[in-house]
Amino acid sequence: MSDAIVHMENIEKRFGPVIALAGVSFDVSAGECHCLLGDNGAGKSTFIKTMSGVYKPSAGSILFEGKEMNFDSPRDSMEAGIATVYQDLAMIPLMSVTRNFWMGREPTKGKGLFKRFDIDRANEITMAEMQKMGINLRAPDQAVGTLSGGERQTVAIARAVYFGAKVLILDEPTSALGVRQTSNVLATVARVRNQGIGVVFITHNVRHALAVGDRFTVLNRGKTLGTATKGNITAEELQDLMAGGQEMATLEGSLGGTV
Amino acid sequence: MSTKSTDTVDERIGSESLLSRLMKRPELGAIAGVILVTIFFLITADSAMFTLSGVLNFLTPSSQLAILAIGAAMLMIGGEFDLSIGSMVALAGLFFSVAVVNFGMPLFMAIPATLAFAAAVGSINGQIVVRTGLPSFIVTLAFLFILRGLSLVGLKLATGGSTQLRGVREAVEGDFLVPFFSGDAFPGFFAWLASIGWIETFKNGVPKVTGIPVEILWSIALVVLATYVLLRTPVGNWIFASGGDPEAASNSGVPVKKVKISLFMLTAACAALLAIIQVLDAGSTDARRGFQKEFEAIIAAVIGGCLLTGGYGSAIGAFFGSIIFGMVVIGLTYTDFDQDWFQVFLGGMLLLAVIFNNMIRKRVTGER
Repeated sequence: MSDAIVHMENIEKRFGPVIALAGVSFDVSAGECHCLLGDNGAGKSTFIKTMSGVYKPSAGSILFEGKEMNFDSPRDSMEAGIATVYQDLAMIPLMSVTRNFWMGREPTKGKGLFKRFDIDRANEITMAEMQKMGINLRAPDQAVGTLSGGERQTVAIARAVYFGAKVLILDEPTSALGVRQTSNVLATVARVRNQGIGVVFITHNVRHALAVGDRFTVLNRGKTLGTATKGNITAEELQDLMAGGQEMATLEGSLGGTV
Repeated sequence: MSTKSTDTVDERIGSESLLSRLMKRPELGAIAGVILVTIFFLITADSAMFTLSGVLNFLTPSSQLAILAIGAAMLMIGGEFDLSIGSMVALAGLFFSVAVVNFGMPLFMAIPATLAFAAAVGSINGQIVVRTGLPSFIVTLAFLFILRGLSLVGLKLATGGSTQLRGVREAVEGDFLVPFFSGDAFPGFFAWLASIGWIETFKNGVPKVTGIPVEILWSIALVVLATYVLLRTPVGNWIFASGGDPEAASNSGVPVKKVKISLFMLTAACAALLAIIQVLDAGSTDARRGFQKEFEAIIAAVIGGCLLTGGYGSAIGAFFGSIIFGMVVIGLTYTDFDQDWFQVFLGGMLLLAVIFNNMIRKRVTGER
């Protein structure tokens, strides 16, 4: 696709003798949710860490809005507009929602020695942004620890969107959540995509992927097994691709097709 | 912080009671402790303890400890410990005394030089902790001994074999900075208060209290500044974040390493400030200065609500924790109790504080 915001071409990543990624190509466009599926050890984490600047690829290129990029750190990719929401590392439970929301990018007022954290404005914006995402906070100084897992994910997503992310990478946002919270997070993902942000949704849950995804790429043993668009693939086919086919078929038989 | 309510209120969220709001403040425990200890001594101690001179008498060691404890609290909120601050007091005292006595430096040079020297040592602590990823507990434990040893060796070198360096008072006599770092402040004001009969005087008309000891003013200035930084500046947010979860903080763009190293420098500089005040007060320095103060400072910080795991606490709490400390040490001399109860009390207080803090943390984080 030519209008892709991020285009990753033939990415390879080796850790010593271990080949984690063996030529993965992937792209995401504005206003689309591209799901990256794969079982544990398929290389999903390595891939998104390459995309978000944590790792440098051993070979291959990353194009951001058509220009070749060389991310040296997560900060570089963040500044370019790629925001990553990690499953468990997004929030600090002891700190208030506002303090978490603005962490590292606090608004200030005053000059020189009197430059200070503009806490009133920060509180106001946080409350407003959270309400847009459908979360009613008791107070902006409520500690993040008192929020549910889904709400924490939502705070992290709201934060990324507010700070102008063009691409949002969500690392298994639903894997630790209950049914209700999962649907809340999926609704948030849909809302964010409709705002024109490209979403990279990493998961190993096929149903969650099908609920919000526009395209689906399956990763297995460091390689892509192809990309399918919405409506052209069934849950069973995705499941089979992820598990690598044969063994899964026999397993599924013994489990009565419930996996 | 503002508590604006939203337009639509979630029906499942009950309103918070004032008590549970107060419970969230980290300094609550320390303030409650001060009240309890005050009541205890009001009942058991001689009434002289709560006269003006009695109060200043226990506030002086309190505020000396507070200068250390506020730095220690900031560092603990940032997620690290410094066990070397007691030894740092001795080493900074030596550096300062040598600068003043042996090199004849005026205070306007010697004081900044001492603070800078301490900050440099603190940054070594910080660099090692940040770069190796080792627990600061063990790194600074090593420095507890290294710095104490260096102070002893240095003192002997500077004095030709003695473990005490004298002559500081003579060396700084008449220096315009002396009144800021030693003695009592506002003597004129106190003389005036005495003259109109508001404070007690000796028979010859000299007030019993000639002013406020400068360390009290320094500790108040420090606690105000530290609280402002923690609660109202971006750096304060970075300190909480670095202590709460360094990885999440650094993923969000917080310069965690810089924050931690700066905090180590600050803690060491606080130790140096205390050393300067103590040395000017005593007119000499010795190798036992600051002995075991690191533990007292950390205990004061913990009583003040700092979590051992970082990311939570307050400078105000550490300040009040120090007051509890001074009240008990000095207060016991006004009672009929054996003074050695002090240590028992201290340990008990620490244990209570840790249990209380743990409870608070669970409440705040919603853990069950």
